[in-house]
Amino acid sequence: MTARAEVAIAFSPRRVAAMMLRYWYLLRSSWPRLVELVYWPTVQMITWGFIQYYVMQKAGFFARAGGTLIGAVLLWDILFRGQLGFSISFLEEMWSRNIGNLMMSPLRPFEFILALMAMSVVRLLIGVVPVTLLALAFFGFNLYGLGLALVAFFFNLMLTSWAVGIFVSGLVLRNGLGAENLAWTIMFFFMPLTCVYYPVTTLPAWLQPLAWALPPTYVFEGMRGILIDHSFHPTLMLDALALNALFFAAGAFGFLKLLQSARRTGALIQTGE
Amino acid sequence: MPAAPAIEAQRLVKIYKTVPAVDGVSFSIAPGSIVGLLGGNGAGKTTTIAMIMGLIAPTSGRVTVLGAEMPRQRYQVLQRMNFESPYVEMPMRLTVRQNLTVFGMLYGVPDIPARIRELGEALDLTELLDRPAGKLSAGQKTRVSLAKSLINTPELLLLDEPTASLDPDTADWVRSWLERYRRNRHATVVLASHNMSEVERLCERVIIMKQGRIEDDDTPARLLAHYGRHTLEEVFLDVARGRDRREAAQ
Repeated sequence: MTARAEVAIAFSPRRVAAMMLRYWYLLRSSWPRLVELVYWPTVQMITWGFIQYYVMQKAGFFARAGGTLIGAVLLWDILFRGQLGFSISFLEEMWSRNIGNLMMSPLRPFEFILALMAMSVVRLLIGVVPVTLLALAFFGFNLYGLGLALVAFFFNLMLTSWAVGIFVSGLVLRNGLGAENLAWTIMFFFMPLTCVYYPVTTLPAWLQPLAWALPPTYVFEGMRGILIDHSFHPTLMLDALALNALFFAAGAFGFLKLLQSARRTGALIQTGE
Repeated sequence: MPAAPAIEAQRLVKIYKTVPAVDGVSFSIAPGSIVGLLGGNGAGKTTTIAMIMGLIAPTSGRVTVLGAEMPRQRYQVLQRMNFESPYVEMPMRLTVRQNLTVFGMLYGVPDIPARIRELGEALDLTELLDRPAGKLSAGQKTRVSLAKSLINTPELLLLDEPTASLDPDTADWVRSWLERYRRNRHATVVLASHNMSEVERLCERVIIMKQGRIEDDDTPARLLAHYGRHTLEEVFLDVARGRDRREAAQ
């Protein structure tokens, strides 16, 4: 049997489906989990929507750049909720002490990761789609008006969120639930540096190279390009994609190394704090 | 030619930082046998079982399971083995049926509804199948964990304290069931337990561990004879208190 055939046999879509089914059963059985998905993005959007409304009345520039803040909030939520959706599904295994069952089963790490990625999209769609409709109804901001650019933004933001989610899951696996807070807060490290609400030129010159080393920066700049200058720059998205490939590879590599380390230290049978 | 061992451990060592949990353990377990792993708290039983399952990598030495070296080649054999342990639980919000369905899919079970029906009848779980796993009593949870560990009809079954939270009647029933399963499927069973009468009844061989090492390894009858005792519990106490076979027999 060739190495390629062995890999093909090793991968099982059924195991990925099993994990997705497990998270779907969980979501379906718990209305607080479903409400939580929609609650915070709604609060964020409404708050920033009113701020934008106020600023637009006072400043000519923002009157021309209508929707920049709401657009930024919605795209930030894709990034933040994408990572959180990934990490929370993973944390559910730690909270329920099920991780040992999974690690002892034929489930491969990359099948587990694929299932977590798929569930982060499902959770995101449940949380963010209703909020985009509310933004349209309350503030007349149509995120879908971004057209194909939105697809490029979404894809790039999801790739970053998965890369970060994978790495954080590895940290929790290796260090136990003591590292859980990272899953909730790590994305806020990206918030000032990726220039969610302001252009990169706002940052001091020495900090700008760091901002341009982070894929979401290209997405938020791209969004402002469309909403303010009405021009889409595909090169920004390609640069983001190239950086995301690096981030994703680094996240997956980190996860596998942390998993190996967890096997060495016995962390897989001591998944407490 | 004798059959290849189901499990073979060679000079297995596991050191956590500077603390040796398992210290040069070697044993071989024949297919179709039922072996008890005995020892006090911290004797190294759980670490040994975790290394057999591939959850922990040995510091040195090697362990092969159904011909595959663990943990390096674990994916060659994980589909043919399973385990039950108090260190893991099933997701509580999912019903028993949902849990078993998910694990059936993970283990590649062909006809999952039929297998769940079969296990439900065999382990007296039929009435519980549509209840959330978190709403069950400790004894019911143990039976559900057992059902999960049998979902793929494993050739190798690793059980860590399988009857710890069961009442005597249910525990006895589970033991009979395990005996039948082993006989009918020619499965290999490794059982870590503090319940000496359970080990005495079920196991044809007992490995006694202490401070990460194997202190004794024999059939229950020979252990009783060598230590001059009437029960395995007395043998266990002799080992735990550092009396060797000759001293104990005097």
